[in-house]
Amino acid sequence: MSAATSAPPRPTDTKPKKSKGLNAGQGRLGLMLVAPTMLFLAVIIIYPLFKAIQLSFQKDAGLDPATGLFVEGGNAGISNYTHWLLQKCGEVDCPPGTLGAQFYDALWVTLFFTVVSVFIEVILGMWFAMIMNRDFKGRGLVRAAILVPWAIPTAVTAKLWLFIFAFDGIANRLLSTVGVNPQLWTSDPWAAKFAIIIADVWKTTPFMALLILAGLQLVPGDVYEAAQIDGATKWQTFTKITLPLVKVPLMVAVLFRTLDVLRIYDLPAILTNGGGGTTSLSMLVIKQIRSGFHSASALSTIVFLLIAFTAFLFIKFGGADVVQRPPKSKKKEPAAAPGNPVAANATTPGA
Amino acid sequence: MALRMHKRRTLTVMAGAVAVALVAAACGGDDGGTGSTADSGAAARGPITYVQGKDNSGLLGPMAEKWNSSHPNEKVTVKEQSDQADQQHDDLVQHFQAKDPSYDVVSVDVVWTAEFAAKGWLTPLKDKMALPTTGFLEPTVKAATYNKTLFAAPTSSDGAMLYYRTDLVKTPPKTIDEMWGMCSIAKQNGMDCFAGQFAKYEGGTCNATEWMNAYGAKVVDDAGKPTVDSPEAAAGLKALADHYKSGDIPKQAITYQEEQSRAAFQDGKLLFLRNWPYVYNLASTDKSSKVKGKFAVAPLPGVSGPGTSTLGGHMAAISAYSKYKATALDFLKFLTSPEQQKTNMEKGSLAPVIESIYTDEALVKKYPYLPVLKESIANAVSRPVTPFYPQVTQAIQDNFYAAIQGQKSPEAAVKDMQSAMAAAGG
Repeated sequence: MSAATSAPPRPTDTKPKKSKGLNAGQGRLGLMLVAPTMLFLAVIIIYPLFKAIQLSFQKDAGLDPATGLFVEGGNAGISNYTHWLLQKCGEVDCPPGTLGAQFYDALWVTLFFTVVSVFIEVILGMWFAMIMNRDFKGRGLVRAAILVPWAIPTAVTAKLWLFIFAFDGIANRLLSTVGVNPQLWTSDPWAAKFAIIIADVWKTTPFMALLILAGLQLVPGDVYEAAQIDGATKWQTFTKITLPLVKVPLMVAVLFRTLDVLRIYDLPAILTNGGGGTTSLSMLVIKQIRSGFHSASALSTIVFLLIAFTAFLFIKFGGADVVQRPPKSKKKEPAAAPGNPVAANATTPGA
Repeated sequence: MALRMHKRRTLTVMAGAVAVALVAAACGGDDGGTGSTADSGAAARGPITYVQGKDNSGLLGPMAEKWNSSHPNEKVTVKEQSDQADQQHDDLVQHFQAKDPSYDVVSVDVVWTAEFAAKGWLTPLKDKMALPTTGFLEPTVKAATYNKTLFAAPTSSDGAMLYYRTDLVKTPPKTIDEMWGMCSIAKQNGMDCFAGQFAKYEGGTCNATEWMNAYGAKVVDDAGKPTVDSPEAAAGLKALADHYKSGDIPKQAITYQEEQSRAAFQDGKLLFLRNWPYVYNLASTDKSSKVKGKFAVAPLPGVSGPGTSTLGGHMAAISAYSKYKATALDFLKFLTSPEQQKTNMEKGSLAPVIESIYTDEALVKKYPYLPVLKESIANAVSRPVTPFYPQVTQAIQDNFYAAIQGQKSPEAAVKDMQSAMAAAGG
């Protein structure tokens, strides 16, 4: 998408209108050129999406008591959805110990992870980005070092933190030197939630910092000089200049991370396996697949809608201009940059 | 130009055709697989494939060689899956759903048999396909039986034992109360008393059912109906919760899986440990083990005598879609032959399913825990044999985990277990 938004506008058309300058032949050629791509997208995105939605309206296979064999369930209507949303297992409310009963717990804990870790990541990421944006000796080294956690696969990160958070692990050893009792990091309701947040923040703050850094580097230095001449304090410079100017890349970064955490799976699956009430929505989907495919389709459709709705809110009201339209384009440059942070990074002098 | 456009159009159309063909192929496999093809190929012979989880002890190669040298026209090809049980399960499901004839004989965990059998994916071992099971340990055969029909051949078994410290405890406890009585010894030595695997995972289900069974509960009755809502089951959970609260069971035990609990025992931090036989060799040979020569095994304690272990292990089953079922059946007989079972024990420490091997003098000398293990398996209760096992284990894990921490009373926990199992249809 960044390729589309950053394509330079043709010098002549100040008010571009659709199809202006294209004759019918060119239109057809254009259509044919994008056709393979569209077809490819249809096969790998649209077909599975609609298939999943279609499956979610069918009943899971039930057992025929006479033969002891499973039989196909047939049409389910919306019962797979009411199962999750209204907590109905057949006629009764889902008893504790069924996956259905865990839906709202999983929803809240996923939202909790999202809000808390994205919040911490924004603060830390901003701070890291400001450090990396300064001119000092060994800046290249610091940038590389900050990137390391992002380069490690999540599953490996989760295993590393699993050792750190083991009962006899280093986290409890360190805590005991300052007189704190050892915690059950993978089972205690609060400790387990924070274990996941700590590991997630550790891993993804570099990503946040990179995107913000890309935005920071596009703020021209003379704006700061002007502020200095006007006698602005450091805080004023930050709130009146830096923040508004990096707002767009910042919002894009927040959007990406929010969508990421909403479908968090590998970290809690490996670190706690749901201990201490840390089963996320995606973990619930995977568990459900093993016991009922159609019901799992319904749940993943719900998760998909939740994520799509969140993305919509961000783009509509949060100013995360991911799909920017040329006519309204005022902050085109910063919005285009985060799509390719590495390139933005590489072009800065002295990096 | 026109020609080029024409060419492109042809290409596009071709790409479309390929894509449609791909889609058609992709949805070919999702019509359930409930149809029975069990009778086809009953007498046919030919090359087969044996699928099992990752082989960590190098048993598969020699096994296949031995079979192939005596069956040159019906050679077996071995396919190894990952070492994670969940992934093995999902791999089998995918191949069964696709009715893949290249998975002839598959190794299944004891708890998957009923599910696969009910889906119609396994060949029933009866009539022409019958497999003699005389001399097998009875619980292993029971776990392979669904709807009164044998569906798999038990190939290896597993039963839990009580590891205890011989330097601190002279005679191992026979009953649960005796064991709690010995907890003062642990306290004097600054160690924890007893632990099993109480984390929220499959091992938690094994441990919880052991405790409920020990107090006389039945998780499901013989027809597979849940009967766990009973005073006996509640008493089992209450014993665990009370002693977790009092500290006889250390608080970190709810984070323990097999390996963490083994590490605690090997570090000398535990007086009693409930675990599987694999710990025996590691604890006596590991360099870091602090309990070398200072521990032994006993049957799990019960209320008034030996307790009941949960049955573990694997079975081999014949896919309903196999083309060479006669060869596959011979292969099952080969896998369960006393000779092969003995090799598995010697080379891979896999507990045999054949009773007589446990009294083999040379083996007992090498593996002193064998007699205890035999008693453990002979008294073992298999986890519920039900096609809804994923839901049943979820119901047990969740409620047991809440009960041991005191978040829920034992009575409420078994009540919820029962209704959660009922909601699953099992």
